[in-house]
Amino acid sequence: MLGLINRSFQFFLIDTWGVEAWETVAAELALPFAGFEAMLTYDDAALDKLVDASSAHLHRPRDSLMEDLGTYLVAHERQATVRRLLRFSGANFCDFLASIEEMPDRGRLVLPELDLPFLVLTDLGAGAFRLTCHSPIRGAGHVIMGLLRAMADDYGALVLLDHLGQEGGADVISIQIADLEHYAARPFSFGLTA
Amino acid sequence: MNKPLSRAILPLTTEALDHLMPLNLRLDSGGRIMALGPTLARLLPQPVVGRSFFTLFDLRRSSALTGVEDLMSHSGLRLRLTLRPEFRSPGLRPIPFRGMAIPLADRSGLVVNLSFGLGVVDAIRQYGLTDNDFAPTDLALEMMYLVEANTAAMDALRGSAMRLQGDKQMAEAQAMTDTLTGLRNRRALAQALERLSRGTAPFGLMHIDLDFFKEVNDTMGHAAGDHVLRRVAELLMQETRAEDTVARVGGDEFVAVFPDLVDPGRLDAIARRVIEVLSRPIPFEGKTCRISASIGITTSTAYHVTDITQMEQDADEALYASKRAGRGRATFHPGAAQAAQPSAPERRSPQG
Repeated sequence: MLGLINRSFQFFLIDTWGVEAWETVAAELALPFAGFEAMLTYDDAALDKLVDASSAHLHRPRDSLMEDLGTYLVAHERQATVRRLLRFSGANFCDFLASIEEMPDRGRLVLPELDLPFLVLTDLGAGAFRLTCHSPIRGAGHVIMGLLRAMADDYGALVLLDHLGQEGGADVISIQIADLEHYAARPFSFGLTA
Repeated sequence: MNKPLSRAILPLTTEALDHLMPLNLRLDSGGRIMALGPTLARLLPQPVVGRSFFTLFDLRRSSALTGVEDLMSHSGLRLRLTLRPEFRSPGLRPIPFRGMAIPLADRSGLVVNLSFGLGVVDAIRQYGLTDNDFAPTDLALEMMYLVEANTAAMDALRGSAMRLQGDKQMAEAQAMTDTLTGLRNRRALAQALERLSRGTAPFGLMHIDLDFFKEVNDTMGHAAGDHVLRRVAELLMQETRAEDTVARVGGDEFVAVFPDLVDPGRLDAIARRVIEVLSRPIPFEGKTCRISASIGITTSTAYHVTDITQMEQDADEALYASKRAGRGRATFHPGAAQAAQPSAPERRSPQG
């Protein structure tokens, strides 16, 4: 797995829970304090261990930690790039959702080794959708849910999200768009230099 | 007779055309602009309907295309064009459009479609374009996405490279440094000598061995010994120049290398000074440690061909001559000593 993903979790810990939380978990796992290098490849188990150890240290359920990671990736200042790149997918939350299946391809366009979750969206009508998420990362569906929640906020949409558990090895998320323009969207311009 | 023709003609509203191709222009048979797509209209600082296509655009690398007849007869030709300066907002870089002109079926005019080509990133930035300005089939925003994502990936890569570079430099510095004294180690010395032996500048080599250090270690303990070694390192740094290399090469053995310094008088003065400062009492935890130093010196000018091993051996021999002669003194290797007097012993009798 590309270190970029592990590094995201590392900075999620640092920015949300403080550098001490990261250092405690890193020490426990015998990781260097400098952490993961974004462009190096790590064993798939490394992220799992990191999430488990963080969950134990912070007394937070694993799933909720993963969901917070998804929100962090969109909403936190340090991850401004992620949010910008996601906003390229559509002019409103509906457009964004319609092109969400492209996400892994968009990732691979830039980093061929970046293995983002494989997503399948089903339109159930009346603003209701069902999203399935396949990924080797345990709890990836919860990350996607947190990410969707934060993107809905970003677009100013009122959206109800629910994790329906697993089906055939994939996480299933239900999405109900209640109001596409409920709040003011966060400003975004394509031309802004990142 | 009309049937096949009517099937070949597409009844398309101009609104639909503008939607499909927001950067299109419709020209009449005289090359005058009749209408233009909404995105193209956004780029232009003034209305252009009724003006000639050729006043608006500069057709680059296509000197053959000077009039509308040429566009009519070269249907589908790949065009490269830029807006003429008077149709660009001041201060903006010209965007290199690509385009294609297709005559209408009845030859009453032409449709010209444009695209930003590789200028799309500039265009989006300069004109603040949004997804509404492009047809959904256009990959303009994907280009923008790629540029931004690529920049982010490069930044991440650069960050990684810089961290790794920092680690490498630290590891190298550690690999070249004697951890106790902070002086250079044997490896660093070997590199410095190797560099000097390949260059043309002459250099002096001084082998320094502490006298009575074993006694300090034995009677006052290793902590005192370590303290003395660190103090010796400080003093050696003090008595040498920034360009000199001072290395700890054994328990209480040091080597100093002096680039561009082979004058026996000056080397002898440095050696005396080193012996003098090292012979001063070194306080440690309320007690006093006393050592001195014996030195052997040679210079690269004493050899026809610079031979590092030979030089180190000769400096070592000269050092043992100093030891045999009663310690606390410096001796030149005979070849290097031509102009030098052996340094007179100037010694106190150290204790400890």
